[in-house]
Amino acid sequence: MNIDTLLNALFGSQHQVQRNGDFLAGDASLDGQTLRVIGTTEHAPIGVELALAQAREVLDVVRNHPGQTILLLIDTQGQRLRHRDELLAINRYMAHLGCCIELARRQGHAVIGLIYDQALSGGFITSGLMADACYALPEAEIRVMRLPAMARITKIDEARLTELSQSNPVFAPGVDNYVAMGAVRSLWTGDLQAQLRQALLDARSDNASHDRRAADGAARGGRKLSAQVSAQVRHAGTAA
Amino acid sequence: MSSSFSESTARKRVLGILDAGTFAEILGPAQRVTSPHLALLDVPAAFDDGVVVGSGRLDGQAVLIAAQEGEFMGGGVGEVHGAKLVGLFQRAVDQRPAAVLLLAESGGVRLHEANAGLIAVSEVMRALLDVRAAGIPVIVLIGGANGCFGGMGLVARCADRIVMSDVARLAMSGPEVIEASHGAEEFDSRDRALVWRTTGGKHRYLSGDCDALADDSMAAFRQAAIDSLGNLGRARPLTLESLEQEHTELSERLRLDGNSRDALQIWARLGVPQPDKVADMEAAELRAWKEAV
Repeated sequence: MNIDTLLNALFGSQHQVQRNGDFLAGDASLDGQTLRVIGTTEHAPIGVELALAQAREVLDVVRNHPGQTILLLIDTQGQRLRHRDELLAINRYMAHLGCCIELARRQGHAVIGLIYDQALSGGFITSGLMADACYALPEAEIRVMRLPAMARITKIDEARLTELSQSNPVFAPGVDNYVAMGAVRSLWTGDLQAQLRQALLDARSDNASHDRRAADGAARGGRKLSAQVSAQVRHAGTAA
Repeated sequence: MSSSFSESTARKRVLGILDAGTFAEILGPAQRVTSPHLALLDVPAAFDDGVVVGSGRLDGQAVLIAAQEGEFMGGGVGEVHGAKLVGLFQRAVDQRPAAVLLLAESGGVRLHEANAGLIAVSEVMRALLDVRAAGIPVIVLIGGANGCFGGMGLVARCADRIVMSDVARLAMSGPEVIEASHGAEEFDSRDRALVWRTTGGKHRYLSGDCDALADDSMAAFRQAAIDSLGNLGRARPLTLESLEQEHTELSERLRLDGNSRDALQIWARLGVPQPDKVADMEAAELRAWKEAV
């Protein structure tokens, strides 16, 4: 969905979200509550500058607006694939963004992610996947790699991958797979403002230090082993 | 004579780092917890899914430890592999060891189970940060031939401290991926010297992206782990101040080095006396220079 259409559907005229290149930031209001919107648009590649700009916004919210909710709007083609970014240690810039979001959650800010267009690999790990809860629009795309490229690299026949992907959500692109695996809480359809309102209510009951995604993945049948294996390692040899 | 760290298996590294006879593996190969997704694709599985986890002692102190096996799928993170790391970090919060050591060697997300791997990496990041929040330091040691890339490059930078060797690499995207996307003129993956200058241990050490530069030997990595434990004293949980400090450092780097096209320019800017000689310098020489400035 187009970013302007999305902002209008979520907030009507009640927002001052500004675009600066691919970068989005600004306040928005819902039912009298102010939220900080931070994100990217136009399938932005996340390079060192964009990681840093988002981190700055998050730190400013933590510093200046205790408790304010952060809404991450996600549309990214993933990390920028350039020599310069690697030379400057882009992994450190992106990890910094992830750590800033983690700090915000720990300091009591509800952090909600919404994938409104596409979310690819590294660009998603340090944004939506660090939120309390991440949602997606049904037409959004989440992936690490498309099946043809995956077939080439893994040397497994593409037709076979396509067939297997019907029953196993573990490798094929798609928002439904990420819902089944617990990484996306739910898909937003219909009245998006009502969906956001509900997400804000749900965020209040989320425990910031408890990552429920593996349990959700097991309950939904899309990721059967994560929670179980983690628990086995955690409790091995203890009475629990 | 001490054996090479880079040429050792993950299990051998664990035994070489810890005090002799103290390692107890959790969910080891005998329990055969393998990836069901690989079996579905007729890809051979490993009985430990490519990661060794357990407990032991380091210089007498209780630690938890994990080591990724680069020989199995390049250390790629799949569902089980990631869950073992998450479980180990959760165990650390319960059991409060002196530290958690992560011997990272990974190409990042395992493509055969890409969605699970991607999600798992974020769960590992959060579980690691829970450990730091509990006041327990996390130390990452990177010294394998496959380097530490993709999601694991992010995980590493969430830790308190990183130790690398000269032959180790730490980055986000591999040079092959960048070359495939933007051509060899952007990043020539066959130019080994360029790849090493851009992502290798010496560059990361001089830039401050890793905290210690160890020789490629088991004894050196063990000593670096012990030193890390001593230097840290206690963990440094994330605070607004510590992240503001990191932010300033990263902003400064962008300002000072943002137009550099090669690590040699950055090393010159940092004041390294003879940047073109760095490739031939011993780790000890670089350590001596860095500690002096």
